[in-house]
Amino acid sequence: MPLTKAALVQVLFEKEILSKADAARAVDTVFGLIKQALASEEDVLISGFGKWTVKDKRERRGRNPQTGQDLTINARRVVTFKASGVLRRLISEYTTKHPRMAK
Amino acid sequence: MNKSQLIEGLAKAEGLTLKKAEMVVNTLFENMTDALVENERIEIRGFGSFKVKSYDGYQGRNPKTGEIIEVGEKKLPFFKVGKELKERVDRLD
Repeated sequence: MPLTKAALVQVLFEKEILSKADAARAVDTVFGLIKQALASEEDVLISGFGKWTVKDKRERRGRNPQTGQDLTINARRVVTFKASGVLRRLISEYTTKHPRMAK
Repeated sequence: MNKSQLIEGLAKAEGLTLKKAEMVVNTLFENMTDALVENERIEIRGFGSFKVKSYDGYQGRNPKTGEIIEVGEKKLPFFKVGKELKERVDRLD
């Protein structure tokens, strides 16, 4: 089961930080603010977790891998995420302690 | 935008104290971190999803010296942008 917004709302409620209704609004607002920043080309940095960056991609020539046909891939703007060093370390340390999780 | 600006934005939008907003933001990212550490996926509709990808080790080369080096296998969190966010960011105006 993946972690979803509903699960995050439940955690805020169980830890008695907010009521269920307020927690639901707060979770939506947090992701809404991050989306808004990225939509206005602003990078978002959450220390200890990672950074989202907006990148401009130039137009380039590509090929449809199914038909082999040449085509032009239009210029576009994309979001990339880079995990912080802390998060990377936590993930690899856990793997070392729990070798069965390695693959 | 950094974490304290996100906390301020949340406090303002929801009428929460800064302390409360900080607890909310910290709790969210701590739980997301725990999920990834335990190799669990995260799915936030409209925003994106995270999963941990495993990369096999490989033999690499130091491009400067040509020296052969062993790169061990590693696990890295990968973020896939959700449809709504992807479209909002790509809207070239």
